[in-house]
Amino acid sequence: MIRMPMKIFSIFAAAIAGAVVSLTPAVAQVKIEITQANNEPMPIAVPAYLSAGSETSALAQDLTNVIMADLERSGLFSPIDQRAYVQKLETIHERPRFEDWRIINAQVLIAGEVLPTDDGRIQVNTRLWDVYGNQQLASIAFKTPAENWRRAAHKVADFTYEQLTGEKGYFDTRVVFVGETGPKTDRVKRLMIMDQDGANPVPLTDGLDYDVLTPRFSPTQQQITYLALFDYRPAQVYLFNIETGEQEALGAYRGMTFAPRFSPDGTKVVLSAERNGNSDISIMDLRTRQTTQLTDNPAIDTSPSMSPDGSQIAFSSDRGGSEQIYVMNADGSNQRRITFKEGRYGTPVWSPRGDLIAFTRQHQGRFYIGVVRPDGSGERLLTESYLAEGPTWAPNGRVIMFSRESHAGGPVSLWSIDLTGQNLRQVTTPGEASDPAWSPLLP
Amino acid sequence: MPIKKFLLNTGIVVALAAVAACSSTPEETEVVDNTPTREVVTPRTPVETSSIVPGSQEDLEENVGHRVFFGYDEYNLTSEAQAQLSRQAAWLKQYPEARVRIAGNCDERGTREYNLALGARRANAAKAYLTSLGIDASRITTISYGKERPIASGSNPQAWAQNRNASTMLVTTGA
Repeated sequence: MIRMPMKIFSIFAAAIAGAVVSLTPAVAQVKIEITQANNEPMPIAVPAYLSAGSETSALAQDLTNVIMADLERSGLFSPIDQRAYVQKLETIHERPRFEDWRIINAQVLIAGEVLPTDDGRIQVNTRLWDVYGNQQLASIAFKTPAENWRRAAHKVADFTYEQLTGEKGYFDTRVVFVGETGPKTDRVKRLMIMDQDGANPVPLTDGLDYDVLTPRFSPTQQQITYLALFDYRPAQVYLFNIETGEQEALGAYRGMTFAPRFSPDGTKVVLSAERNGNSDISIMDLRTRQTTQLTDNPAIDTSPSMSPDGSQIAFSSDRGGSEQIYVMNADGSNQRRITFKEGRYGTPVWSPRGDLIAFTRQHQGRFYIGVVRPDGSGERLLTESYLAEGPTWAPNGRVIMFSRESHAGGPVSLWSIDLTGQNLRQVTTPGEASDPAWSPLLP
Repeated sequence: MPIKKFLLNTGIVVALAAVAACSSTPEETEVVDNTPTREVVTPRTPVETSSIVPGSQEDLEENVGHRVFFGYDEYNLTSEAQAQLSRQAAWLKQYPEARVRIAGNCDERGTREYNLALGARRANAAKAYLTSLGIDASRITTISYGKERPIASGSNPQAWAQNRNASTMLVTTGA
């Protein structure tokens, strides 16, 4: 029997400093190259997590299901049906019979257990085994209150993803979005939040006084900025504190303010301010509440998005005749156009990795989600639909979520697609949904 | 037009009732019956004037016309729109106490944020034309609903044409 040490991490409901660190950097013989399209997903085995008693056994299977669902939805892994497994694990701390897992062609075995702790929480232990390399790849343990088990499962999925791809995962994250109800001519739009897999959807506004549009996460994850659309006064940018539920209007502008987005450090908000019908881009310091106007142009300038290093801002403008994407320095200087093809380009969103800008393109009655390098090169269209807009990046910059209507008059819903253009998936929401915004990885 | 609970001063409550009246217009009929420009230019014979309060939103809608329409991604006023706004200006001169809010609207064939900006342009284009005809700018406020407040629910060119508009709503009645 081999007893390997497991480093234990605690997951709290509230944010705490520190992130999951991968353990012994085992020389992974199994590895997934996630930059290439059309890779066959890696077959993996995820037996039900072992549990000490009957009270944790149901939870252990639920937790296993969440891990499998996360990995399957990524398109990179193909969990093998549990009924096909040959070996029944009695413990996760002994070497499995690798030949039994090779029979079913599992590349990796995820073996885990859920144990009650002395202080009434649960401890989730996980070992990743390289079936063809006959060795352990890595192991990790999380301690958390039992009701927090879904987050423990997402952490295991993130750990697995990182061990096998070399890049951070995106499963322990949340999504804010707009929940839509009612007919098109009398829609109610509420701010909602859920886990990235659609679990735990919760409305944050009641939709009575105003509609919510275009919510965006602060990098600190404690705040959301969104647009409040009123019936009797101009729409205005709001801040919403997730923990306290407090809301406040951002600044006192004479006209409409809209298209808000946080700076990468969370200390500023870039937005559009409208005056006498003309929209320009401004940036507001959230501490001093000082506003600086960055563009001054009779055209529509909107949808600003800052680069992750804070040095550049992408935005859309119709100053060239039709809506196109431009990039400028963060102080407003050096405004330059980066899209030149046919059609209209809007809502640029800078990737968290900094290497790409996602956009919405309209051409000949169709909508596209695509990406382009900040210098305008390498434009690629990822997906096409009757309506597709509002891209948001997974924190690792590998997946894009967006709003989609697959056909005219159809319901609007959330979808995700890989940067490769593969793996188009609908995201589960309680009803019609639009304007998703992906959170950073939770701590 | 969805009506939401909102803290209203007494001046706006009057407008609320007027707006509610307009929401009962069957939208399907609007789509099928008229191209937007025809609806605007068709002179309306005041029918049952006895039931319409002069200087009210209903008066504006039934006897003047409160909506002007735009081309795709356009905010310039067509000659029909200018003619209709001229009638609105004459009506506003007839009721000097009346104050209005002009709401700019867009079809669903654009991104949300761009359409909010475009709606603001449309509302301001209508306002600028009214002020050019001598209506005091202080009597007119503007608002953009972007593509969020369609009056026609269809996803076809007729519905999109209906939804590209600037709508004049009475805030303080002129009666």
